[in-house]
Amino acid sequence: MESDERRRFEAVVLPHADAAYNLARWLTRDADAADDLLQEAMYRAARYFHSLKGVDARPWLLGIVRRTTYDWLRNRKPTIPLDLDLHDNGDEALDPMAVVLGECRQEDVRQAMESLPPALREVIVLREVECLTYQQIADVIDTPVGTVMSRLSRGRQQLQILLAPTMDAEK
Amino acid sequence: MNCQQVRQLLHAYVDGELDLVRNVEVEDHLKGCTECSKLDKGVRSLRSTIATQAPYFRAPRELCVVPESTFANPKNRRHFFTGNLATTLALSLLIGAISFSGGLFLNSGQSNQRLADAIVAAHVRSLQVEHAVDVVSSDRHTVKPWFQGKLDYAPQVIDLSKQGFKLHGGRLDYLIDRPIAAVFYYRRSHAINVFTWPAISDKDAPVRKKSTQGFHIRSWQQSGMTYWVISDLNDVELDEFVNSLREIPPQPTGGPE
Repeated sequence: MESDERRRFEAVVLPHADAAYNLARWLTRDADAADDLLQEAMYRAARYFHSLKGVDARPWLLGIVRRTTYDWLRNRKPTIPLDLDLHDNGDEALDPMAVVLGECRQEDVRQAMESLPPALREVIVLREVECLTYQQIADVIDTPVGTVMSRLSRGRQQLQILLAPTMDAEK
Repeated sequence: MNCQQVRQLLHAYVDGELDLVRNVEVEDHLKGCTECSKLDKGVRSLRSTIATQAPYFRAPRELCVVPESTFANPKNRRHFFTGNLATTLALSLLIGAISFSGGLFLNSGQSNQRLADAIVAAHVRSLQVEHAVDVVSSDRHTVKPWFQGKLDYAPQVIDLSKQGFKLHGGRLDYLIDRPIAAVFYYRRSHAINVFTWPAISDKDAPVRKKSTQGFHIRSWQQSGMTYWVISDLNDVELDEFVNSLREIPPQPTGGPE
């Protein structure tokens, strides 16, 4: 027999389960880990469901799964270089962003995204895949909006470099 | 608007995050600038590539099922310190008793009673393995900054390992719908929760003691902060803990820690 609370939980929180799982998958790059982390996140969400009052459920749930996932990531490796950038080629004249990408294979896009450091990867996923606003992303990752903007532009820059091989050929 | 300004705003422009005025300014600039236009097209093509080609991982439905007992029902929980069966049973009875709590009178106010009940409930909740702390560390330099951005005040986090109290970590707890800093210590198998938040008045208030439902509670006000400490640790040792905590005055923000 279902309680009222469970019914409300299912109506309010469950619709965002895919978003939560997707984020865990992208952050861990591991399907089994993502399974466990989603389950743990849903458990925590149910436990703290009473504290979700008038707050948008999607960033709330994403925040929970993100924190759960980072705990897991930290336990696997003592230090995650959260802010590691790909080496900047320093060639200011040729902005990688000034190129329209040709056809990219799914596999190339997936690998490019997976190669980003987690701090940049998560902002890309939340903006490009989940279409959250800057403020919502800031709420999920617990930083000011300015940080979201800088990580987003760096993430996009690095993806562009990875996905536009013609740039390398021209150098 | 010049090219440099537009480049700064370009991503926000593409994401529709600019206010109307700047949106129009960027748009106007792009109409007349081929270089910046290329960048605009580049960002859009990247976005479109990701949107169409990046795999989206959907949640297996069976993982979203949560046991009914999870919903605000204190029974059927795993416990932090799995002692012997007797301890576990005693704790279960205790959890059941909380819904009939007789109240706690540190002063005679109704709201104080509700607060004390909430403290006991929060403490018991934290005795479950995965709910003790959100940041796990015995280093106060890790725990204290964790609260930044989550609360509009910085709780004191003190190292009391020399006094024989181990810092386990911290978490946000919700007392009467308000997020509060909770710092978790333990001595032997006894969990100690320290809840702190900014006091309404600046006046210090002396330590008040009370015991209820097998827990000992201390509360006081010091240097503009309200403290509530709760544990099943005996009175004598809990006083030791409280005295150690009170001995160290709060550091001004920005000062050496």
